[in-house]
Amino acid sequence: MDNIIEAKGLVKRYGDVVALDGLDLSVRDGSIVALLGPNGAGKTTAVSILTTLLEPDEGTATVAGVDVLREPADVRKLIGLSGQYAAVDEHLTGFENLDMIGRLYRLGRKRSRVRARDLLERFDLSDAADRPVKTYSGGMRRRLDLAGALVAESPVLFLDEPTTGLDLPSRQELWRIIRDLVKRGATLLLTTQYLEEADRLADDVLVIDHGKAIAQGTSDELKDLVGGERLEVRVTDTESLPAAREVLARVAVGELQDDDRPRVVVAPVSGGAPVLARVLEYLDAERVEVSDVVLRRPTLDDVFLALTGHATRPDEDRTEQVAKGRGAS
Amino acid sequence: MNPLHALNDALVIAKRNLIKIKRVPDILVFVLLSPIMFVLLFAYVFGSAINIPGGSYREFLMAGIFAQTVVFGATFTGAGLADDMQKGIIDRFRSLPMSRAAVVMGRTASDVIYNVLTLMIMALTGLLVGWRMRGSFLDALAGFGLLLLFAYSISWMMALVGLIVPSVEVLNNASFMVIFPITFIANTFVPTDNLPTILRVFAEWNPISSLAHATRTLFGNIPPGTPEPTVWPLQNPVIYSIIWAGIIIAIFAPLSVRRYTKAAKKS
Repeated sequence: MDNIIEAKGLVKRYGDVVALDGLDLSVRDGSIVALLGPNGAGKTTAVSILTTLLEPDEGTATVAGVDVLREPADVRKLIGLSGQYAAVDEHLTGFENLDMIGRLYRLGRKRSRVRARDLLERFDLSDAADRPVKTYSGGMRRRLDLAGALVAESPVLFLDEPTTGLDLPSRQELWRIIRDLVKRGATLLLTTQYLEEADRLADDVLVIDHGKAIAQGTSDELKDLVGGERLEVRVTDTESLPAAREVLARVAVGELQDDDRPRVVVAPVSGGAPVLARVLEYLDAERVEVSDVVLRRPTLDDVFLALTGHATRPDEDRTEQVAKGRGAS
Repeated sequence: MNPLHALNDALVIAKRNLIKIKRVPDILVFVLLSPIMFVLLFAYVFGSAINIPGGSYREFLMAGIFAQTVVFGATFTGAGLADDMQKGIIDRFRSLPMSRAAVVMGRTASDVIYNVLTLMIMALTGLLVGWRMRGSFLDALAGFGLLLLFAYSISWMMALVGLIVPSVEVLNNASFMVIFPITFIANTFVPTDNLPTILRVFAEWNPISSLAHATRTLFGNIPPGTPEPTVWPLQNPVIYSIIWAGIIIAIFAPLSVRRYTKAAKKS
């Protein structure tokens, strides 16, 4: 079987709100696919349908060849789900939670226990194993929840925004765990609003917006879709912006991109370093003071902007990306 | 779905519910305190004012308090489910290959344990204030068994309510409105002979009356010289109570499970 998850024309409406508007989706066996989209794009709705929690108004879906609508009970035997809100019982200990999940997957008493201890060890929760989850930090709860999805070693895993709301170290820790997971050969569908997350983890990215798939491909393919490179200029004061735009317009191969960061202009370019040198020269000639000039490959951010005409998500992690990747001003 | 699987799943859920009672001592405190309070209040407040010819009101009363308390205890089932449905853990349960009946079955099952605990505490308190079981040991056991069975059936009724209401608060208010009159228009606390006709007929056919009367009989707490009841439910209180429990379970168990399955699909 080529595609282990296959969905066609999924539609889900809540009153007047259309959460999914004919979503098609296919995931190859053994791959990691990221559903990338802003809040409200329909990511969670899609996962809920594929994991049998929700019935679509229209459309069909299969997981490992089993019809999600006709045989939901059989689908549940094949999947592990970790939701956006840690679905663990806070009165139980970490061990009791995983043990319970094992029993409910009907692994049997002994195997459930062994499996629970194993996972706690692997997720670095051994020390907290016998403490009620109430006492766990947000990151620990997420790890436990993720462990819950892995209890039965299900062949198909769904992780709905596994790192949303976590701080950077916890997020990176989860990424490490997720990457390890896939080495095991499971198929993974993950939703995220973080481009970096999709970029780092997924073989294939499905960009969705307003309940529809608008592009699918590897993150490189998607970046090629928008073509070339990006030249970013940050000026020292707002008054120099028009001059900087004018300079960039001379070398741009397309329209300048709007950017929600202050004092930043971005232009699609091609030709690499010589272009950069020319731009610096022009900027100098026009006496435009810049605090930062960067030539880079397009990010998924650019892809998203090009495809939808709007940015992906809240600003918080843009600042983080800037601080991390591009050298702050 | 294999019924053994459903049973296994229900037991796993029941265990989880019981762990919660253990972990949240507040719940345990109420489990222990409110029945003690009931026994003491009724025994001393009503007990001092009401006389039963030829017998002790306190003894008459105990079966009534038992019946009322276990019926009220069913609210706990509804509250537990209403609470569960608002928690993230339900999403986990929904995505697992477990029986759709397990969450509700497990809840009603764990509440049997809760009722056992309540009955024990109440019986001990009762014994301390002078209540005695004057029948045989087996009869007494049968009395407690009947109380548990009936409570189990009401648990299924409240389970449905718990799955329908939007929050625990609504559940508590709604159940109070229903359970209070049902347990009071009965022979739980007073003999019904002098009630106005409509209320008397209601009380005579009210299963709570049969339950209280059956328990009272099994505990040997019917005052000597009490006239034999004239209506069938009170002449055959054990059978009448069991029939009611059976009917309630037969109606509400499937409804609750269906409701759970539906609720699980909606949000």
